[in-house]
Amino acid sequence: MAPQSDATKPAAPNRTETFVWGIPQNGLQSKERQVGRDEPPPLPANSELTYIGKPTERYDGPAKAMGKGKYTADINLPGMLYARMIDATIPHGRIVSIDTSEAEKLPGVRAVHVIEHVYGVAELRDPKMEAPSRYPVIRYYGQPIAGVAAISQQIANDAAQLVKVKYDTLAFVVDRSDARAEDAPMVFPGPADAAGSAGGGGGPKGVPQTGNVHGPQQKKNGDVEKGFAEADVIVEGEYFTQVQTHSALETHGFVVDWKPDEVTVYASTQGTSSVRNEFADVFKLPKNKIRVITEYMGGGFGAKFGAGNEGVVAANLSRKANAPVKLMLDRRQEHIVCNRPDSHQKLKVGAKRDGTLTAIALTSYGTAGVGTGAGTAGPANNMYKCPNILTEEYDVFVNAGPGAAFRAPGHPQGCFAFEQTIDDLAAKLNIDPLTLRETIDENPARKVERQIILERTNWRNRKPAGSDSGPVKRGMGIAQSVWYRFVNMNSSCEVRVSRDGSVELLSAVQDLGTGTKTMLAVIVAEEFGIPPASVGIRIGDTRFPIGPDSGGSVTAGSITPAARNASYQVKQKLFAAVAPQLGTTADNLVLKGGRVAFKNDPSKSYTLKQVTAKMPTDEISAQATRVAEYSKERITYGGVDYVELAVDTETGRVHIEKVFGAHDCGRPINPLGVISQINGGILQGISYALFEQRIMDRNAGYMLNANLENYKILGAREVPEIEVVLVENYIAQSSTDAAGIGESAGIITLAAAIGNAFYNATGVRMRKIPMTPANVLSALGKVQEVQA
Amino acid sequence: MADSPKTTFSRRGFLKGAGVTAATTVIESANALARETKDALHSDRAVGPGSVPVKLHINGHEYSVAIEPRYTLAETLRDNLGLTGTKVVCDRGSCSACTVWIDKTPALACMTLAIDVVGRQITTIEGLSHGDTMHQVQAAFVKHDAMQCGFCTPGMVMSCAALLDRNPNPKLADVKHAVSGNLCRCGTYPKVFAATLDVAQQRRQTAGLVALVTEREA
Ligand code: FES
Ligand code: FES
Repeated sequence: MAPQSDATKPAAPNRTETFVWGIPQNGLQSKERQVGRDEPPPLPANSELTYIGKPTERYDGPAKAMGKGKYTADINLPGMLYARMIDATIPHGRIVSIDTSEAEKLPGVRAVHVIEHVYGVAELRDPKMEAPSRYPVIRYYGQPIAGVAAISQQIANDAAQLVKVKYDTLAFVVDRSDARAEDAPMVFPGPADAAGSAGGGGGPKGVPQTGNVHGPQQKKNGDVEKGFAEADVIVEGEYFTQVQTHSALETHGFVVDWKPDEVTVYASTQGTSSVRNEFADVFKLPKNKIRVITEYMGGGFGAKFGAGNEGVVAANLSRKANAPVKLMLDRRQEHIVCNRPDSHQKLKVGAKRDGTLTAIALTSYGTAGVGTGAGTAGPANNMYKCPNILTEEYDVFVNAGPGAAFRAPGHPQGCFAFEQTIDDLAAKLNIDPLTLRETIDENPARKVERQIILERTNWRNRKPAGSDSGPVKRGMGIAQSVWYRFVNMNSSCEVRVSRDGSVELLSAVQDLGTGTKTMLAVIVAEEFGIPPASVGIRIGDTRFPIGPDSGGSVTAGSITPAARNASYQVKQKLFAAVAPQLGTTADNLVLKGGRVAFKNDPSKSYTLKQVTAKMPTDEISAQATRVAEYSKERITYGGVDYVELAVDTETGRVHIEKVFGAHDCGRPINPLGVISQINGGILQGISYALFEQRIMDRNAGYMLNANLENYKILGAREVPEIEVVLVENYIAQSSTDAAGIGESAGIITLAAAIGNAFYNATGVRMRKIPMTPANVLSALGKVQEVQA
Repeated sequence: MADSPKTTFSRRGFLKGAGVTAATTVIESANALARETKDALHSDRAVGPGSVPVKLHINGHEYSVAIEPRYTLAETLRDNLGLTGTKVVCDRGSCSACTVWIDKTPALACMTLAIDVVGRQITTIEGLSHGDTMHQVQAAFVKHDAMQCGFCTPGMVMSCAALLDRNPNPKLADVKHAVSGNLCRCGTYPKVFAATLDVAQQRRQTAGLVALVTEREA
């Protein structure tokens, strides 16, 4: 997760402003805040704005639709070489020797690089526990070993085959429960910790470790013993979730052009800053010698931060060959490079007869392979009010690729267990699940969202669990999500106005497909009263002012205030520069609907172009950086998703028929893009719940389905009818009040909502995902449980 | 593929009936194409493994390029000709990101050898628009925001545009079928469906207007 706002002190407050506050459905109110001198005036609600909150076509939509956008995979530089990563073909062991001579002799090969250090995995607290070696210890099948660069991709692939690696193998374990056994092979000979990325993930450091079991990370509030003693009812459950791979369509990859005066890095990344930081660290270079460019990128979902092993290898190859090098992982490698950890969760919830929660206890074990960060306690700790909570999260090391941040790390897993347990509680108390949440949930936006679901879905016709008599049973369920308003203060924009009246914005922030470019264009457009498409948006280049790494839904909330403040400030500079020529003072000028007018005489007005033509210089610019949140309140937000489904109890197939999502992301900037993201979160959530699963060969130690035909991802035919409603929620925290939607967009809730609908359909609780026919039939007691 | 004739039993039809994705069906048609193209390469002369000069017809232009016989059409387009609009995602026929048209029929460029399409008319995403003027389907994708990261978008557009050419009145199920092989990790499908159905609707309206005008003039 990104650094939080309280890391930086708020700017000296010097005026009080009145902000719109609340949710339109409840009637908007106002709130006073102290804001800094340079802050723009508060924005009114979206209904009073021209561009903000109105559907806006994607800024780079035409380029994407016409195939003109250049992704990292598309970069072709003069003299560029193509590289292939060579990876381990054993799950655990030591490298005895690596022979690259034949590969080097192959005509067309220009450089070979053998890895000295593996990034992105846990490291021993005491490195001396392992005998020193020239090569890193192999701890998972597919661990990067070396890279080779050649004049064509085909030659690089051929050369990769010619590199001979000799191993001394060690015993291995790839299954989470096997790895917990006392006599299990040890993935690390002693305690080891992993750092998270700029996108989050990563587990606690310095916690106890026994064998492969790392933890617990304990969070304690009140006294759960006492809470359970006070409870009228207690529900308990055990839940299992699988390992999911990110499967972004563009694989991880880099084009590195290593030149003595500057290293240029094209990166398929969620954070140009994170890439620059890690290149600087690894290669001991000052940041001013590293330029990172990400103009288009083909999906990340949490997997793509920093230099990665592939970036480091590409850079080394480029340096050795003295030529630019492109290294994209292949699809198999993409499936192994990182993942969402699995989980085994035990959950116990106590409540009073009216539903009031008295205690929550969660123990979770999960494997992030050779990494950490499998905790699932977010929803249990943060969704509902409960005086007594105890959560204990354990990571279990296995010989498999490392876990990483993946869209709302830990939350889909946690929600799958927690929101089904809350449903169990409702059933036990004989209270409608929506009504129960009215009692225990204090979040005002989710309250409105539940009301919308009640009014606009079939919920009122919900039948008791397992009512259908035929083989195909229908049901409906809901689940809620929780996420956090993280802010990354490394968020700056420059806005320039030129004499010809054109306006452009520059920032290093990247657009993952989330619509960052469009959102920024809308913000500038609103401030200048010009159409968003006419604003020049130049982002994804570290030559521009620093941008936030896009993880944990931070981007919208972090960068839009900087964009608005820079737009506002450049406007003030423009007014000051031209006021004398217009025969007035800067504070008498106002820009509205693309025209500059006199406040004291609206009959005097000029087009923006007429005004910029009077600029004393060809360009006026201003740069602004994100200021701290206007208040120190800790804000969480979330959505409520409703699912209708049919379960074929004979074939075990689950068919999702309808999803209705009601979601909050503060002030929506571009609803068109926000809804696209929510659709995507919902569909990824269905995919996670029903289809996706990494399958490891226990005997050979590798991933059996590291491809897109056997690693099943939801396709067009599995898309249900989807309806999404956005709830505006003004909280007066920044000059835009925007928040990201990536995490809370359905991915957190869907598995739980489907589980709850499954229960409503069949009367049987699905405690395991994916809900494949085999798992469904075994839950229904029709076949024996299958181990995957 | 949704509207291919079902009267005779063919392997292609069988695959389709067996619930294989449209993408798989496309591979089969590309293979058939490859067999037919043999002539264009002076039949039985063995070529390779080194580079061979070939002429490819792409987007109405003729390109002369030296390629090894093992190069796929996707590799040739992207690496040798700089036509990077066609994406490679799985490189083994399971995602349809690399969809191009071979003589107007959608085919997977990662499963087609470049040398096998000599003499054929190739259309890539770059060939669908005219300069900066988008094809109707591309414009509808923008209007409906039928893209997020956009990496699947060229393949999606090629599949949807081909569907509308062979079936001007598709139903939702036809669109789903036409893109059933096109994976989108960002989950943009609902808007892909909406965009494609919107184009069909626009075309019906235009056709209706034209008919009306012709009727009046007659
Ligand atoms: S890249 Fe050709 S089908 Fe996936
Ligand atoms: S838009 Fe990203 S994969 Fe489809």
